[in-house]
Amino acid sequence: MAMTQDITCHQAVALVSDYLEGALSRRDRRRLERHLEGCEACSAYLEQMRVTIAISGSVGPEDLSAEALSRLVDVFEKYRQDQSGE
Amino acid sequence: MEDEALLERILGGDRDAFTELVERYQHSLIRLARYFVKTESSAEDVAQDTWIAVMKGLEKFEGRSTFKTWLFRIAANRARKTGAREYRVVNVDPVDPVSSARFNEAGMWREAPVPFTELINDRLANADVVEACRRAIRDLPEPQQSVVTLRDVEGLSTREVSELLEISESNVRVLLHRGRAKIREALEGKLKGGYSWQ
Repeated sequence: MAMTQDITCHQAVALVSDYLEGALSRRDRRRLERHLEGCEACSAYLEQMRVTIAISGSVGPEDLSAEALSRLVDVFEKYRQDQSGE
Repeated sequence: MEDEALLERILGGDRDAFTELVERYQHSLIRLARYFVKTESSAEDVAQDTWIAVMKGLEKFEGRSTFKTWLFRIAANRARKTGAREYRVVNVDPVDPVSSARFNEAGMWREAPVPFTELINDRLANADVVEACRRAIRDLPEPQQSVVTLRDVEGLSTREVSELLEISESNVRVLLHRGRAKIREALEGKLKGGYSWQ
């Protein structure tokens, strides 16, 4: 939670997502990185955001209801019938 | 099994391969469609139509893009035609993603965040965290939910998301930022709750 001359912690966290997207201007990136060097709390926030994104990436597909799946399998069966009818 | 291997099997008439592919993408297809259409059931219809189009076009799919990109493009085109574009104008959520209450007047943290990796410390906790994350994504309002699903769950690039949803990359990033901040907050609540038990 060190004080840095450029940006506050509150401002830093607003930049974190764009930082991870590689979308900050060079100037903002430098300001944020300088802040992060001196601020353990914001570095922890950045880590939390990285982990959040990684966990989102590991959320597998949701189970489909039997009814939804059966309707879609009908799509497939119809396709096969059309194929064999040609 | 990779998508492309499943496609080969589907072309050979393998129903289980089709089921596996459907289960892999159906939820994200519905999220993508939901960005354009008004109701969940309408989004489900778009997803179903997408699979019909996939089956019709599968033999012509040349693999110039990945299957996933091809699939999502078909769904986006269909959803766009179906939908009244109620999310065309991106709503900017006025709520600060990280509550201002967490900072003092000088803009510094009142209570410092703790790195998540220090809080996630066994496999069971991990499974709980993934489930909490899934719930948090499901609780996101549209259009944040569509954007987070496509970018972070499906791993599409910001540009691909921007092209599919026809919104600027900077708007994609705004929506991502807000959605991710809410998920982070939900995970923090879950992990801190779990942490205090130990």
